[in-house]
Amino acid sequence: MLKIKNLHKSYPIGDTKLHVLKGINMSVENGEMVAIMGSSGSGKSTLLNIIGILDEADEGEYSLDNVKIKNLGEKKAAIYRNKFLGFIFQSFNLIKYKNALDNVSLPLYYQGLKREKRMERAKFYLKKVGLLDWSSHLPKELSGGQQQRVAIARALASEPKLILADEPTGALDSNTSRDIMTFLQKLNDEGKTILIVTHEQEIANMCKRIVRLRDGIILEDNLINQLRIKV
Amino acid sequence: MLDQDFWREIFQSINKNRTRSLLSGFTVIFAIMLFTILFGLANGLNNTFSEAFVDDAANSIFIRSGRTIKPHRGLQSGRRIQFRNKDYDYIKSDFNSKLEFISSRIYQNVFASFRNEKNNYQLRAVHPDHKFIEKTIVTQGRFLNQLDIKNRTKVIVIGDLVRQDLFKNEKFVKGKYINLNGIPFKVVGIFKDNGGDDEERKIYMPISTVQQIYGNNDFVDQINLTYNKELDYDGALDFGLDLEKALKERFVVSPNDQRAVRVFNMAMQNKGINQMTSVLGILILIIGLGTLIAGVVGISNIMIFIVKERTKEIGIRKALGASPQSIISIILVESIIVTTLAGYVGLLFGVTLLELVAPSLEIYFITDPSVSKTMVFTATITLIISGIIAGYLPAKRASQIKPIVAIRNE
Repeated sequence: MLKIKNLHKSYPIGDTKLHVLKGINMSVENGEMVAIMGSSGSGKSTLLNIIGILDEADEGEYSLDNVKIKNLGEKKAAIYRNKFLGFIFQSFNLIKYKNALDNVSLPLYYQGLKREKRMERAKFYLKKVGLLDWSSHLPKELSGGQQQRVAIARALASEPKLILADEPTGALDSNTSRDIMTFLQKLNDEGKTILIVTHEQEIANMCKRIVRLRDGIILEDNLINQLRIKV
Repeated sequence: MLDQDFWREIFQSINKNRTRSLLSGFTVIFAIMLFTILFGLANGLNNTFSEAFVDDAANSIFIRSGRTIKPHRGLQSGRRIQFRNKDYDYIKSDFNSKLEFISSRIYQNVFASFRNEKNNYQLRAVHPDHKFIEKTIVTQGRFLNQLDIKNRTKVIVIGDLVRQDLFKNEKFVKGKYINLNGIPFKVVGIFKDNGGDDEERKIYMPISTVQQIYGNNDFVDQINLTYNKELDYDGALDFGLDLEKALKERFVVSPNDQRAVRVFNMAMQNKGINQMTSVLGILILIIGLGTLIAGVVGISNIMIFIVKERTKEIGIRKALGASPQSIISIILVESIIVTTLAGYVGLLFGVTLLELVAPSLEIYFITDPSVSKTMVFTATITLIISGIIAGYLPAKRASQIKPIVAIRNE
């Protein structure tokens, strides 16, 4: 599903360079649920951005679903993002003047789907996250947990190969966090591959595998016993 | 790309971000309104200037005579110069190629009466060409014609105010008879004149008739003519000077005698007017350009502001698979729509305001202030195009923002 080989990335800071990723090697198979952990500055967000085709590596290879991701150009990157990836962000990043349904259907608009089809599919995924009754509500009329569910529905709507979540529970209280994680576990049970960047051990424990980063290299990479919470 | 969904996206964005749309629209409304008003006022000023000189044709020359003030070739000063019909004929034949219209004029005061209404009026005895020189507008019946001159018919053409004085509310007075100093004359036409009320209190009569009835001579008070329009400004001045020289020779008058033969050439005056109007034109141009530039600057600022405000949204859209192109088009089309609508509203405001205040502005020498539709249309198009150019760079930059950077932008 996902293969990364000897990945390097550095950012210029003034005259010097900040070497953020110093040779990352990892691969993720279909149906995995991986937590990428590390303290701030460990390079975990940079890694996620590269995996999410939001940023490009300086060196190394990255392939997604057997497609090499390199020198794509903005247009192709946009198409790949839309086709392969579903994003979930810490701050939800819903478009504030669009209601829940319109937010969920937005990636489908960029896929060029007909309006009827878009609405149908957006409703389907809103129902899946349990928010069909809220479809005409604006983000500000929803609670944090609900907003994140809408964002998850949006990530699912384009039916991506890989779901990328950047601190998906970072802005939520612990109860809501657990709800969201349980929901992500459910999605994983259904076969979705999920990659979660987090610095919370509790969240990481709910995944099936933990990759620990420190100072731009992988410190450890272990399969774990997934923590399940009964609801 | 420009399908129904695209428009739905645009209108949702405009509609849901009303404050932003209104604020950006306001600048354009204001610019176009200001443009309309300033341009209208400047046009009004221009109208006043041109109207002040519409009484007579702009290419007219008036020739009058007086007493000599200088002795010349053995003739004493103080001699009275009197034009006659043969002088009219002389100018008409000798300067034919440079003439457009020509008419003699005799002034006479008459006492007019119709039933119980009586009044004094100035009578002008003229040739048929006079109509064109004086820009007389015949509203009823006809002006004098060549047959009237030949047959010395007892017909008159009266000003509309004469009609109002004598006939009161009677509108159609063609064919009625008016007594002038006791002799009945048939009214064959009514006229109006942009030269003002005074001009409409005149009565025109064939020159031959007047010469027979009131003097039994062939005297002429004044010869008016318009020169060929093909003459340029210098040619017109030369023609006036040639005419003056020829007439002075004809009447044995010193070339330096400014009283005996006086040629008044409108071309001389027009020079001043032309200068004035071209200065006004430049002023109008500066005003127009100034407001437009202000508008363009305003729009550019707004575009930069809008793009900044939408950075996060753009980032989200890009993360969801929006191509840079779709980002640019969504921003540009939105701004074009807002600009166009706002431009139209500004135009309506400006025109309405102009129409409301127009009547009270005449004391400030502003007549009928208005803006041509093409002018405003051009201005709006200019604004839109500059909006596009001004908006393109920020939109382009926005489309190149890395989604991560944009999304983190709080």
